Amino acid sequence: MRQMKGSALMNRIFALALAGLAVWTAPGVVFAEPLKITITDGNIEPLPFAAPTFIDEGGAGDIAQAITRVVAADLQGTGLFTQIDPAAYISQVASFDAPVSYADWKAINAQALIVGAVSNNGGQISVKFNLFDVFSDAQLGEGLQFAGGEGDWRRIAHKVADQIYSRITGEGPYFDSRVVYVSVSGPKDARQRQLAIMDYDGANVSYLTDAASIVLAPRFSAAGDRILYTSFQSGFPRIMLMDLASATSRSIADLQGNMTFAPRFSPDGDTVVFSLESGGNTDLYAMSLSSGQVTQLTNAPSIETAPSFSPDGSQIAFESDRSGSQQIYIMSIGGGEPTRVSSGEGRYSTPVWSPRGDLVAFTKQNGGRFHIGVMRTDGSEERLLTASYLDEGPTWAPNGRVIMFTRESPGATGSAQLFSVDISGRALKQVPTEGAAADPAWSPLLP
Amino acid sequence: MSKISTMFLLVGALALSACNNPDRFGAGGAGGAGGAGGIGVGGLGDPNNPASPAYFQQRIGDTVRFAIDQHTLTPEAQATLTAQAQWMNQNPGYTAIIEGHADEQGTEAYNLALGARRATSVQQFLIAQGVAATRLQTTSYGKLKPLAVCSEESCFAQNRRAKTALGATGGV
Repeated sequence: MRQMKGSALMNRIFALALAGLAVWTAPGVVFAEPLKITITDGNIEPLPFAAPTFIDEGGAGDIAQAITRVVAADLQGTGLFTQIDPAAYISQVASFDAPVSYADWKAINAQALIVGAVSNNGGQISVKFNLFDVFSDAQLGEGLQFAGGEGDWRRIAHKVADQIYSRITGEGPYFDSRVVYVSVSGPKDARQRQLAIMDYDGANVSYLTDAASIVLAPRFSAAGDRILYTSFQSGFPRIMLMDLASATSRSIADLQGNMTFAPRFSPDGDTVVFSLESGGNTDLYAMSLSSGQVTQLTNAPSIETAPSFSPDGSQIAFESDRSGSQQIYIMSIGGGEPTRVSSGEGRYSTPVWSPRGDLVAFTKQNGGRFHIGVMRTDGSEERLLTASYLDEGPTWAPNGRVIMFTRESPGATGSAQLFSVDISGRALKQVPTEGAAADPAWSPLLP
Repeated sequence: MSKISTMFLLVGALALSACNNPDRFGAGGAGGAGGAGGIGVGGLGDPNNPASPAYFQQRIGDTVRFAIDQHTLTPEAQATLTAQAQWMNQNPGYTAIIEGHADEQGTEAYNLALGARRATSVQQFLIAQGVAATRLQTTSYGKLKPLAVCSEESCFAQNRRAKTALGATGGV
């Protein structure tokens, strides 16, 4: 997929690299309240938007409708936007370049209007859009055009929605991303688990391993091209490295000791930090993929596991029960004395550093309930986002604003599902998957 | 003749499954895995024969339980393991993989590590009772393979366990 300048839009199209800097208002015009949502606001009334079906500019057919649906679903799914029922529209959009009848959109309280068009030329589709700030009578940012193969129509829709989301919220994009997870089937006492990958919204599922061996906890490399996971293929939990393009895996840690698990990449993709169990004791180790050199990071009789790098690669957050119960610690990548950062009641585990570096997401157990929460990296400002019988294993959206995790219901018929929630605790929702699903890991934003 | 070749095939199937499935003799007890379980029973012998794996599983008991978050052996567990060690000392043709397990009240990685602690407690006890260390391996499934499926303490207690899974002569 590539982005290109369309001739009709020549004056208004930014290169993708500049898109994040898209202007908010036309130069020289000042508005009292530009269209903007700040996610950290306490209580957000979802912003009403209108998204008339993208105009078919030739050969688009059903894809125009499908793209419009995905754009609207992306925005609505954040909980920050609400789509106005098309039945309420007063005016229709006759063509992509037609002047906008702002009064008609104001009358139905559409604060944002998305106008798009799709053409399909022999399997190559082109999608362009304009975003309008209705109550300012003005376009918001520049029009953009994306082009790609027909099969990329969902990705293009996500890119359009990402642009709109970013312009209105000021946050980084995240819709054009994927999630690797464990697809779970079979009865509770004989579960089968296989790796699967899907778009962030549950579409385009494909399976990466068969169900012959138990697998758990896949993790993306920062470039999104490789996956670390743990497999029982040998009969013992061992770390595997999968090249995503070829879906081939190899064991990377043929080390002394019994089990290797809980792997995670360093931001530069060369180091794997993981847990190794030997003689019943679990400690943290790091391994360089290029040199094969292994370094022991912790040496304690307690359980040290679930390591996660800071985005700058200088520190590692992990969990340890050295104090008597699971708590979160941070240490420098060279090892050394860790600093305990969790201090509240209960047990804290599975720390995951936000891509922005400002927060650590975690699992908390307290009083027979599980929570997903976030705290600052010094342990302050702890905020619990969820509560249920069993929530665990948070993973960050590429923009550091949304968290996906596993929620498992209790009992003989209990099953695991993927849920997402934003970091203010809003927009909690189940992510649709074909069957039961666990252990999600969010990819970086796709190129 | 045909009966003999069938038995040979069964043994072959066992040996194959041994390559990638430490739980190849089935779960035993409630909620057994079904399917391949039928094959496993065929290979275990008569539980009335003290030298049979079936005797080890059913009469001695191949599984010991643990308290919440603990890996220390209860007196009851120690009694079972003492009998397991005696059996293994009398039947030197068998090896074992000790599988540690946890209940579902915990996170995945922690429960793997906890299961490894439990399996190692059993391994060390058996070694102290004279079983050669080379005959014993450990692994952990954490909370991935519950024996009992309810979400109450009655099930959790059954799931916090370590199982001594016998393997055939020649290593596991």
